[in-house]
Amino acid sequence: MYRIVKKRILNPTVKLMEVEAPYIAKKAEPGQFIMLRVSEDGERIPLTIADYDRQEGTVTIIFQEVGKTTRLLGELEQGDSILDFAGPLGVASHLGGYKKAAVIGGGLGTAIAYPQAKKLHELGAEVDVIAGFRDSSLIILEKELEQVSSRLFIATDDGSNGNKGFVTDVLDKLIKEGNQYDLVVAIGPLIMMKMVSLLTKPYGIKTIVSMNSVMIDGTGMCGGCRVTVGDQTKFSCVDGPDFDGHMVDFDEAMRRQTMYKGQEKQSLEAHICRLGGAFNG
Amino acid sequence: MADMSLKKYEMPHQNAKVRSSNFKEVALGYTEETAMKEANRCLQCKHKPCVAGCPVNVQIPEFIKLIGEGDFEGACEKIKETNSLPAICGRVCPQESQCEQLCVRAKKGEAVGIGRLERFAADWFMENRQDNTECTIRNGKKVAVIGSGPAGLTCAGDLAKKGYEVTIFEAFHVPGGVLMYGIPEFRLPKALVQKEIESVKQLGVNIMTNMVIGKVLSLDELVEEGFEAIFIGSGAGLPSFLGIPGENLNGVYSANEFLTRINLMKAYKYPEADTPVRVTKNVAVVGGGNVAMDAARCAKRLGAENVYIVYRRSEEEMPARIEEVHHAKEEGIILKILSNPTRIIGTEDGWVKGMECIEMELGEPDASGRRRPVPKEGSEHVLEVETVIMAIGQSPNPLIKSTTPDLETQKWGGIIVNEDTGATSKEGVYAGGDAVTGAATVILAMGAGRKAATAIDEYLSR
Repeated sequence: MYRIVKKRILNPTVKLMEVEAPYIAKKAEPGQFIMLRVSEDGERIPLTIADYDRQEGTVTIIFQEVGKTTRLLGELEQGDSILDFAGPLGVASHLGGYKKAAVIGGGLGTAIAYPQAKKLHELGAEVDVIAGFRDSSLIILEKELEQVSSRLFIATDDGSNGNKGFVTDVLDKLIKEGNQYDLVVAIGPLIMMKMVSLLTKPYGIKTIVSMNSVMIDGTGMCGGCRVTVGDQTKFSCVDGPDFDGHMVDFDEAMRRQTMYKGQEKQSLEAHICRLGGAFNG
Repeated sequence: MADMSLKKYEMPHQNAKVRSSNFKEVALGYTEETAMKEANRCLQCKHKPCVAGCPVNVQIPEFIKLIGEGDFEGACEKIKETNSLPAICGRVCPQESQCEQLCVRAKKGEAVGIGRLERFAADWFMENRQDNTECTIRNGKKVAVIGSGPAGLTCAGDLAKKGYEVTIFEAFHVPGGVLMYGIPEFRLPKALVQKEIESVKQLGVNIMTNMVIGKVLSLDELVEEGFEAIFIGSGAGLPSFLGIPGENLNGVYSANEFLTRINLMKAYKYPEADTPVRVTKNVAVVGGGNVAMDAARCAKRLGAENVYIVYRRSEEEMPARIEEVHHAKEEGIILKILSNPTRIIGTEDGWVKGMECIEMELGEPDASGRRRPVPKEGSEHVLEVETVIMAIGQSPNPLIKSTTPDLETQKWGGIIVNEDTGATSKEGVYAGGDAVTGAATVILAMGAGRKAATAIDEYLSR
């Protein structure tokens, strides 16, 4: 069992937890993930490591309550324990040697982009962070991101924070203004990562994306997380989750993400039924 | 005087029609009376040819004699002297190509039902007795075992009996490895696997789940943590694909994924269990081994109407146990032999709608000694299926190798070991089971675990 030492609510559906997992904390690097399970007969789900504290022996996860498992996780409180927690899985991001980077987070992806920005910042790169949200009530990690970036740009789809637009609009503007990025890291919904990759391709800026595919074990065993990169099939769990955004077949990835849509909805609805119908997500 | 009837006493099975829609065990086991009758068919040969066929050297005539005398407890204890997982072996060992193949009775008629009797003794013990094995006095030396499948459990059990402080590191949330994620409930009930693992724990073995060695700790870090020897029994977990067009369409599974969802994650109980699996009306399973049979029979139980086994050679060449092929056919699985997939065809939105296959004929024998299948030109045809399951083999997982540069492996991933001891290229590190051989059987893995335990004991006693 893995104890939750701290819980923070970042926005109505996004929560942060610091979890006691000393072995994982000792080894974790930005870009890696853990697999967790909340209940007996529960699913195993992958969550990216948002931060870690080697001294305290804790690993931070940030998650959005979108399905049954993340809702059950969200119901746990500080002091409660998570049943299973395994990692660190996947290959750590290669972030050394860059001078100027743009780190882009879309929605919850911002939480995953944070450790990358932090690491790049620590390694001495100039880091512009661009974070995009549907509206201003969903903005997360603003303070943390400010600390690890040279400049922070937050855009909202509806303009409710006074800065209407998509992350791609901001990036496009920054590039056109003459910012010479040698790296773009884009983490968020597949469609966002695809649009960012399309945008940076003509400029020839190296673009890393993080694939959050459907998977069971996270160790290379099931192959459910197959993704086409160039002309090769890769497993997100052991070959990734980071891949070259200019090589990833995003359309296939988006299609594969829908494999269990119907069943996921069924699980969630059954869970909400048992809770007495309160649904505010 | 031995019972000279030529055939084994029947073991009752669940009716094929009924069982093809449930996940309860297919074979139901002997009663005390039938077990004693079957035990009486054993000639108690002095030269014990059967024992030579057993990778863990179970004292077969001895335990059968005890069953014949009605001492079922004694029989199980006799088996456990050399085999810590008898209820599992009694069910999944390929006895027909091991102990029973060498049985003198098999020269005229059927061999003694050694597997059935082993299963009977183990089940009787589990039901009627408490495991009171006392822990051996610890010798203070720590050994790490990576993986809690048949190889790891056997190695750990043997070392604990010799007094070592053994910790098993398991990547999944439950121990058991392929016994949990691979072999389906209807062939090997999971509650029974956990009971056998409990008895290994009773020997003093500590099991840490959720520990992905190679990621959370490297082999060198295990040594730093005070482990004086390491056994790698991490199995063959990396699924192979054919490399044909359409394999990434929605509806294409590796057998590993399909079976793990169903067995380990209990998708057959969905939505009671949270992990879903998608089974459609028409399902093709590619491959001819036990894993292919397991996947096909699972698909049938989950409601598929037409389940095809697509195999490029003929039925005689199928690597699956004859009994498994027989069970599959009884349950209505359709064998499409001498047929090889060439591409998977998708709908506009990327879901499987068919698999194109080409007919094969058998040519000259190849390196494996089996006749090489050759495609018949122009014989392409489409099998209408919406799910395709690839059961064409697994290779060892590269996670440990990738973080242990001084561990020598074959090109295909198998860890290179000394065959007599299981010793790898790295001092104090041993390996066995599918991690060394590629996908093979439970009992061979157990044999390798046992051999390595002996070698580790010698190494640490030096």
